Amino acid sequence: MSAGHKPPLPARRALLAGGAAAALSVALAPGIRLIEIASGNEAPTLASSKVRWGMLIDATRCSADCDACVTACNQENHLPTAAAPTDPQWLRKVSLKDLKTGRSLSVPVMCQHCAKPACVDVCPTGASFKRADGIVLVDRHICIGCRYCMMACPYKARSFVHAPVTDQNPQVPRGKGCVEGCTLCVHRLDRGQLPACVEACPNQAMLFGDLNDPDSAISQRLRAIATTQARADLGLDTGVRYHGI
Amino acid sequence: MRLAVSALILAASLAVWAAPVAAEVARPVIAVAPDQGSCLAPPEEMRRRHMDMLKHQRDRTLRDGERGARISLNGCIACHAGKESGSVAASRQDFCESCHAYVAVKLDCFECHQPKSGGLATGEKP
Repeated sequence: MSAGHKPPLPARRALLAGGAAAALSVALAPGIRLIEIASGNEAPTLASSKVRWGMLIDATRCSADCDACVTACNQENHLPTAAAPTDPQWLRKVSLKDLKTGRSLSVPVMCQHCAKPACVDVCPTGASFKRADGIVLVDRHICIGCRYCMMACPYKARSFVHAPVTDQNPQVPRGKGCVEGCTLCVHRLDRGQLPACVEACPNQAMLFGDLNDPDSAISQRLRAIATTQARADLGLDTGVRYHGI
Repeated sequence: MRLAVSALILAASLAVWAAPVAAEVARPVIAVAPDQGSCLAPPEEMRRRHMDMLKHQRDRTLRDGERGARISLNGCIACHAGKESGSVAASRQDFCESCHAYVAVKLDCFECHQPKSGGLATGEKP
């Protein structure tokens, strides 16, 4: 997209912080002036590439008959409860069974927030994109609903909205004709809250944090136990990791 | 023959143009927001520039994660939602819909965005 998507340069910020801001009423875009940004929003926190958000899902703690994470996701994002086959699903429980040993397990599967997302590669409009902090999102303003990303995603993580939507969460706009998927509750994250599914898990089977910070709880746990990425063979470098699958 | 038809059409269109407007299109209803002081700009500027402001900010919010910016669609709705409907786009009486219907500009925002004010804050369960 345009240069407007880049975070402000440090030099510009320093200039704004100083008294020079008053002298600068240069128009950035029609109706928007530097001075307005400086007075209205002194230090916007932007998504930073220093952070890479990730999640560790512990299959040994996830119980097969629990769907608290799915319910929390549906409630937070005002999603229908997957009654019809065409209803969108951002997070689903997947049950697996090893037929030879009889071992069975159940884990939540959602957008894996790949470092090299196939959905972003194939998107013809640039609507599918990866934020600086590793969260893969859909820009509904320019999504044309072609569903190419749904075909490309090996995790079946994206859904198409077939029906008109009226009861959106004001923080989570969503509507007919666009593709959507797990946002890692980006609206909560930007305000310092955990994703709804992680908060709701009664068994502490979901651990959320910064993969780039070696001291974060998730990094320490990833160092301590054996974990894997779903379809690691594809080399997508997923942000969501699993233990015990 | 063709000339005669053209002349007839011209005469008819002139007659329509010259005739007094029988039923004038209803002017937009613009309810004054209770808190005028906190608006981003004077009404004249808002009328001309609100779409540019929102279009610029939407990319910064979605792509860069800039939250709590002064320009905010939810901020507009909080002040301008109609008293009866609680919405900015539920009927011809509501703030956004009123003008957009008058100027015949399709209002796409609320096919995805929630047009009602008083929506749940982040983290609250519905």
